[in-house]
Amino acid sequence: MSDIPGDLKFLSSHEWVRVETDGTVTVGISDHAQDLLGDIVFVELPEVGQSIDAESDAAIVESVKAASDVYSPLSGEVIEVNPTLEDQPEIINSSPYDDGWFYKMAPLDLGEVESLLSPEDYRAVCED
Amino acid sequence: MTEPKKTTLHASHKALGAKMVNFAQWDMPISYSSLMEEHHAVRKSVGIFDVSHMAVFDFNGGDQIGFFEKIFANDIKKIASANKALYGVILNEDGGILDDLIIYHADEKFRLVSNCSTREQNAAWYKKYAAEFGVEVIERSDMGILAIQGPKAVETLLAMDEISDSIKDLETFGCMFEGDHLYARTGYTGEDGLELIVPNDDILSFWNAALEKGCVPIGLGARDTLRLEAGLNLYGNDMTVTHHPYESNLAWTIDTADDSRDFIGKQSLLEIDQSSCQKIIGVMLEGRGVLRPGYEISHEHGQGIILSGTYSPTLEASIGLARVDQGFGKSGKVMIRNKALNINFISPRFLRQGKISS
Repeated sequence: MSDIPGDLKFLSSHEWVRVETDGTVTVGISDHAQDLLGDIVFVELPEVGQSIDAESDAAIVESVKAASDVYSPLSGEVIEVNPTLEDQPEIINSSPYDDGWFYKMAPLDLGEVESLLSPEDYRAVCED
Repeated sequence: MTEPKKTTLHASHKALGAKMVNFAQWDMPISYSSLMEEHHAVRKSVGIFDVSHMAVFDFNGGDQIGFFEKIFANDIKKIASANKALYGVILNEDGGILDDLIIYHADEKFRLVSNCSTREQNAAWYKKYAAEFGVEVIERSDMGILAIQGPKAVETLLAMDEISDSIKDLETFGCMFEGDHLYARTGYTGEDGLELIVPNDDILSFWNAALEKGCVPIGLGARDTLRLEAGLNLYGNDMTVTHHPYESNLAWTIDTADDSRDFIGKQSLLEIDQSSCQKIIGVMLEGRGVLRPGYEISHEHGQGIILSGTYSPTLEASIGLARVDQGFGKSGKVMIRNKALNINFISPRFLRQGKISS
């Protein structure tokens, strides 16, 4: 069974978000998602300063097998993208929740977090 | 939806932890560990593939040479007095490609291996033409196929008690029967190696022995990246019934040297102007990204489309096969998500004998 940390919230399309202590949020894709995709070879990240709506396209991740859209769990402005992913996209496979994060954003409304899936609910999605 | 078919080794794949995928109605392993690791294992050492979903046919009686001369666009006479395999295509009357296949000949027996998705179509096609030559077509659904591929393939096979030492004398595309077992120096990876076409009753013992001698199990995912690096077409992607061989990088398999031979599709092929028809060319993406089937490309003198595309683990870049208008020169553009990116046109044989082509 794939790993699902308890401090995250999820979209059913396999993105996670972590609310940091300073009120910013970090976004990535789940262990289950990286396992489904297989070896990741390319990531197209959003621009710093870009505004993204919740559940709209934020990034694209490509494995050898397939290309997949990554949707933003929350609305907000991108404040940082993970520079490691350009040269080492495979780090998403080995560390989806830590070193393999995609971008950080300043959320427009942290209340949106309430509508996301809890780790338990997300596990149920994965087991379907 | 019917239940997907399973090869004899299905339980072994599951026991090895394979991820399974439905491939043309067969539940097949797509990868066991990771596609990358499996790919490199074949390039650097040796891997084993269960390709028992492929269709195997034997033939009995009648004028088998006359039969193959009629239905096969390559000329069977090339192997009729040798213990060898011959690659080629079967065509319809319009010159459209019905399938690609390998015909093996040894000890005066022919055995044919073709794709799994075309099994029923081909069985009907062979039988339709076999009758006039008095040939009986025997579908060998009791046969499985193992491919053992990589620079260490032969030494690994020689270490197996199940395999006789005489396989070391097989040249590239050479083959031999041992009873109902067929051993052939063929494959779909661009590496040295053999394919073993053996009864399903024996296949598990071969599989287990090969794993014990160090063969790495390889799924269909790496099978695709390996064949694409070798520039080998995939039926359904790079060649279909709506395209003829000259626009599918298969002119080398069309043998019209014997004027007296009239094979199905020949008349249509003779009417094609090869100097103006589209061609398949190798494509390499300059920057980051991955070429995928269906992406549109352009060059100074025309357009084209990506047929097969992937990320090449050996070249560490994205490669593909594209069908393009002639006059393509050395470079062009591909549209990926509304961005025009630079591509280079190169020989489709990205690797030769497992090494990067210069």
